[in-house]
Amino acid sequence: MKIVLNGEPRDVSAETLADLLLECGFSGRVATAVNEDFVPSGLRISQTLNEGDRVEVLAPMQGG
Amino acid sequence: MKTFYGTQLPNPLMLGTAQYPSPAILEQAFRDSGAGVATVSLRRESGAGQTFWQMIRELGVLVLPNTAGCHTVKEAVTTAHMAREVFDTKWIKLELIGHTDSLQPDVFQLVEAARILTDDGFEVFPYTTDDLIVGERLLTAGCEVLMPWGAPIGSGRGLNNEYALRAMRAEFPDVPLVIDAGIGLSSHAAHAMELGFDAVLLNTAVARAGDPVVMAKAMMQAVMAGQLAHQADPIEARDMAEPSTPVIGKAFLS
Repeated sequence: MKIVLNGEPRDVSAETLADLLLECGFSGRVATAVNEDFVPSGLRISQTLNEGDRVEVLAPMQGG
Repeated sequence: MKTFYGTQLPNPLMLGTAQYPSPAILEQAFRDSGAGVATVSLRRESGAGQTFWQMIRELGVLVLPNTAGCHTVKEAVTTAHMAREVFDTKWIKLELIGHTDSLQPDVFQLVEAARILTDDGFEVFPYTTDDLIVGERLLTAGCEVLMPWGAPIGSGRGLNNEYALRAMRAEFPDVPLVIDAGIGLSSHAAHAMELGFDAVLLNTAVARAGDPVVMAKAMMQAVMAGQLAHQADPIEARDMAEPSTPVIGKAFLS
């Protein structure tokens, strides 16, 4: 399935957001959004992915 | 002393974590200055985020995540929710940028986002202008802290409109007020505190100084000095001289 992950086109086999994080090797503290909507960590397992979904995986970063 | 949503700050310096020459210098700047609050952000995971977060946690400072770079209410609200989960705090420095060159806040969207986030249980620190009516609207929206700009972000110009900031202090005597952005020198930071502000939030002035660690210490000393000076009830400036040494008893020697 083709999705866009952090702005990059990706072909993935994961069907849920939780599986996508595993497949793409994300670990540690991240926050997720699908199609510009926040998905709390507890809901990642039930968040199914669809062709063309835009997924954002964000992590702590320096800021002012 | 005023609290920030019930939390007493250890000192009046809030320090940003961006733009330092290295993570080690960032860490040292916090350790040597003793700044009690660190602003942080969320960006696309590239691998460095976890190490950074570990270091911030080890500093033992209060963490204030921002919504930097957001231009719409929706974007800011979503970012705030993501930040609350990642950083495990209700605090959010709400930034809604309205102008690309000045990074001036879009105060209309700011008020709207502040209301939504407050209703969602956030404790909002709004980055705003020095406009009194906007300040009032933010308080009505549920904010218990206001963070007016001193000058545009990263400009280092100090307090551009002292008159407006004085008016803001006078209008909201019981609200914790933070000068956020525009500080370049320690004298600017001291000035803000002398006006009676409760804290100063700065980043670029320290991170981009030739020696960020020393500048961070200078900023801490400046905010402490300014705070003490304000508490000491300073004299009013006057136009004419007034001798400080007693005139009575002076010898007649001419």
